[in-house]
Amino acid sequence: MHLFIEQLLNGLAMGAIYALVTLGLALVYGILRILHVAHAAVYTVGAYAGLYLFGATGSLLLAALGSMVLCAALGVAIERFVYFPLLKYPPYVPLIGSIAVMLAIEELCRLIAGPYIQTFPARLPFPDIHLGPVTVSSTLTAVYGVTAAVLFLLWYITSRTELGLAMRAASQDMPMADAVGINSHFVITVTFIIGSAIAAVAGILVGIYYNQVYPTMGTVPAYKTLAIIVVGGLGSVPGAVIAALLLGMAETLLIGYAQIPLPRDALAFIAMIGVLMWRAEGLLGSK
Amino acid sequence: MSAYVITIATLIAIYAIVACGLNIIVGYAGQISLGHAAFFGIGAYTAALFATKAELSFWYALPCVLIISGLVGLLLGLPSLRVRHDFLAITTIGINFIVEAMFLYIPFFGGALGIGGIPRITLFGLPLKGIGFFWLCTGFLSLSVAACWWFTRCWAGLACFALREEEEAAAGLGISPVRFKLLAFVAGTAMAGLGGALYAHYMRFISATDFSFPVSITLLSMVVVGGMGTLWGPVLGTLILSALPELFRPLVDYRILFTTTLLLLMIRFQPGGLLGETGFIRSRVAVRSRRGRP
Repeated sequence: MHLFIEQLLNGLAMGAIYALVTLGLALVYGILRILHVAHAAVYTVGAYAGLYLFGATGSLLLAALGSMVLCAALGVAIERFVYFPLLKYPPYVPLIGSIAVMLAIEELCRLIAGPYIQTFPARLPFPDIHLGPVTVSSTLTAVYGVTAAVLFLLWYITSRTELGLAMRAASQDMPMADAVGINSHFVITVTFIIGSAIAAVAGILVGIYYNQVYPTMGTVPAYKTLAIIVVGGLGSVPGAVIAALLLGMAETLLIGYAQIPLPRDALAFIAMIGVLMWRAEGLLGSK
Repeated sequence: MSAYVITIATLIAIYAIVACGLNIIVGYAGQISLGHAAFFGIGAYTAALFATKAELSFWYALPCVLIISGLVGLLLGLPSLRVRHDFLAITTIGINFIVEAMFLYIPFFGGALGIGGIPRITLFGLPLKGIGFFWLCTGFLSLSVAACWWFTRCWAGLACFALREEEEAAAGLGISPVRFKLLAFVAGTAMAGLGGALYAHYMRFISATDFSFPVSITLLSMVVVGGMGTLWGPVLGTLILSALPELFRPLVDYRILFTTTLLLLMIRFQPGGLLGETGFIRSRVAVRSRRGRP
């Protein structure tokens, strides 16, 4: 029994990490209707930046903050130089651009940092928690805590502040939002800043959780998060979070208990195709 | 020609056939596909299984390979009737991952070991290799380009163009989106199957990673760089993306960076591709011919 609970806790952590990476994608899709595949590259850069800053300063907090700033700048740069000029074309044009950016950044990471796996030597400042036979490691607690904090902050910004109101208005109808005096390009920039900063946090958390940072760590999340936002309903942030948590647990439990002859990474896409055929608007999407 | 040049040229011809097939789906019918390597792989695996398990000659197996690839294309083209644009892009990515996983995990397809020992193609009792195989591939490439040319001229091609430009308006004119989207998928995937069969018999060993998602991206890059929806665009794109990295061989470590940067610059500044309507080659020619006019 306690093994099952530990599996469940691991699955929940997995889902929480998926949720953090997916948030930026869902936010960007909500406002620009662009599949921001390069988001996963931002996440990789976040992990590397966190690793180097941690090595230089020795403080996890400073490393996280620095990495968030760097990733926010990278996200805004991608929006300014790649997506914004391509908005007038059919949606696959920015998508191809995004994939090109993603592969180019991944290659840059490989060329600069080397192709090998690096360890993330950070130790968290609190102990493991023991509940009877079940051990909740400090990294798991960190994943839960950070995810909950990020989700709460995001909820607060989008539903309790004027900025959030502007974001929601711009994602509903951008020309109309412009007409009532919302600076929609500023809102887009803020969306990219928030999404990319969250990606940086996710990158560092994954680095610590698996104790691994490597150039292609973004490849699988890049496409899996696409499946997650489809399952959750394109552009719906709560839907994306729920889909991410479900996927994380389903993957961990199915691999642990059911003998299926498929790799875990194919599961997300099978779920996605099922959702598309059965309920194309996703779990929480609207038509 | 040295063996090295022949190898590169043969692979360029094979990839150009596959890129032409992708161009029918993406360029002519406007249905974005990010999973074309899956169909390339299905053709290759079908040909390899026919050759190794059924010991059928390439020439008898080829029609079966084309039919099977086309049928799978028909089946996997069905999502395009239900979902569009972004959804279709993600669905085709998913198809690529699932097909690759099936090649990798089902023992019938050789699993992680792939399929080896695929015999050479024989023509009039003689095994084709080197330059002979190159001419065979070039012949099939010419046939594919001719088929594409015919497709752009015939009624079905015009119907696909109309669907690409405005699906609702085309449907209003009585053009069935179902029939012509599926037609484009079947034609495009059958061409990918042809390329796959040639690839399997040329490499004589195939494994799942030859048909993974990055290959789909490369194929799409070839079509985009050359010009989506143009006749010669995919061929030119394949030539550029395959030959340039070979010319810059000393920079081998930077070739993926080079390819992706080229793709990014193309999509950013010339989304229509080199041979597209707004591409700089065609606009230069247009400017010159306008100047030449009295």
